[in-house]
Amino acid sequence: MNKVQINRIKDKSFGVLGLIATLSGLIILGFFIGQILHEGLNRLDMDFLKDLPSRKPEKAGIYTAWVGTLWILVMTTLFAFPLGVAAGIYLEEYAKKSKLSSLLEINISNLAGVPSIIYGLLGLEIFGRVMHLGNSLLAGSLTLALLILPIIIVATREAVRAVPNSLRMASYGLGASKWQTIWNQILPASMGGIFTGVILAISRAVGETAPLIVVGALAYVPFAPSGPMDEFTVLPIQIFNWISRPQHGFAVNAAAAIIILLGITFIMNGIAVYLRNRWQKKINW
Amino acid sequence: MSQTGHKIQSKNVDVFYGDKKALSNINLDITPNSVTALIGPSGCGKSTYLRLLNRMNDYIDTFSMTGEVLIDGQDIYSSKIEVEELRTNIGMVFQKPNPFPKSIFENVAYGLKIQGVKDKKLIANRVETALKQSALWDEVKDDLKKPALSLSGGQQQRLCIARALAVDPKIILMDEPTSALDPISTAKIEELIFELKQKYTIVIVTHNMQQAGRVSDYTAFFYMGELIEFDETTNIFTHPKEERTQNYITGRFG
Repeated sequence: MNKVQINRIKDKSFGVLGLIATLSGLIILGFFIGQILHEGLNRLDMDFLKDLPSRKPEKAGIYTAWVGTLWILVMTTLFAFPLGVAAGIYLEEYAKKSKLSSLLEINISNLAGVPSIIYGLLGLEIFGRVMHLGNSLLAGSLTLALLILPIIIVATREAVRAVPNSLRMASYGLGASKWQTIWNQILPASMGGIFTGVILAISRAVGETAPLIVVGALAYVPFAPSGPMDEFTVLPIQIFNWISRPQHGFAVNAAAAIIILLGITFIMNGIAVYLRNRWQKKINW
Repeated sequence: MSQTGHKIQSKNVDVFYGDKKALSNINLDITPNSVTALIGPSGCGKSTYLRLLNRMNDYIDTFSMTGEVLIDGQDIYSSKIEVEELRTNIGMVFQKPNPFPKSIFENVAYGLKIQGVKDKKLIANRVETALKQSALWDEVKDDLKKPALSLSGGQQQRLCIARALAVDPKIILMDEPTSALDPISTAKIEELIFELKQKYTIVIVTHNMQQAGRVSDYTAFFYMGELIEFDETTNIFTHPKEERTQNYITGRFG
């Protein structure tokens, strides 16, 4: 065999390997979703969404859990989005290159890798005890906001950095101030990337369990929360609680609740894709 | 010819990037309503000098300078100067066409918009005038809403010129404005430069000797951060005083 043939074989085998790698994840995910649907789909009806938790699996519903999840989703976004985007823009456009800024940079990347339960402990101490927010929605969403802040900052920085420098120079050259340049040129050009990062970060927050358990979210809440100071539970905690019970009926309930949780996540990812495409059209690249 | 352009003077200007000296003791007076070409081999400091005139070097972290740059007798590096205001008087055209990813109209209107101009009629008038000045109007008047990036490279560069003209500057700086363009687009831009000098003072960096010869009234030859020779273009090209100038323009080095 000559060199060309060997190279061709290498080429082909890498292609096959790549295909296997791609499929292995998808197949496992597909199998999982199939099983969940098979188990939980029959349990899903309007009553399941409207019912409060109960000791009897066929009477129990996820009303408190999904309302809690929506509250958490909205409040976490309200806290994390402006803070994260502002910090990302500051680091990219305003901060001078110095030892302090590179120290900040390294630490933000490190924070993105801190286990979520540590954030739970932090939230419990600061928001729960020092600020006396207890085990309220407010304490929970502030904790989750802290958790996803580094992800949003990193995503914002990357989106802002991807804006070509010639655009900044063109704007400055016409007498625009830094803020005018950011507002009129850099943000519109990077919004697609920022939104994608933010929504993926929030999807992660919606699926988090550990930090909320530490902060004090309850498995059993008899009423849906109606304000930020109320006690709450969320879907992942409800699922975890049901899964750990012996009766088969609760496993079916858990499968049905997982379908709802997956639905919320897929819808959010769909919105991320939609916003990104829409923004790309609007800026006429 | 009425003297509507502005006079630019440089006095004992040294520029540093960190420890590296990029320009050394530059003394140069630029005549109003003329085209001054800056020539020299890559890295000689001509673009640095150009960007000095509208303070675009400020965005380079390691940049520092000594000496004075005066426009109409006022030091543009004094603390009293508002950089944004300075730049509305000095338009800049870059090497690669860099229109904003917006419509043709929005591109030209941008400078006015950031100055806070709200009058829609006034903006529309200025956009039309600027596009006519840059000889683009006839090509784009029917689709001003089209994305600027759908234009050809040459059209994009003329759009960038229109964008600079719309805020009514007195000085126009051009950093190798035709180096990314084909010969026909280049000819159009050169024609434009020739017309624009009636109203504006133009400084242009170019690597193209023929271009310097065709469009400029004065030529400054930079080499290794120094201003070697500055004279009327005809003198520079027919009997330069310095041997290095002679060698560069005849293509013996560079």
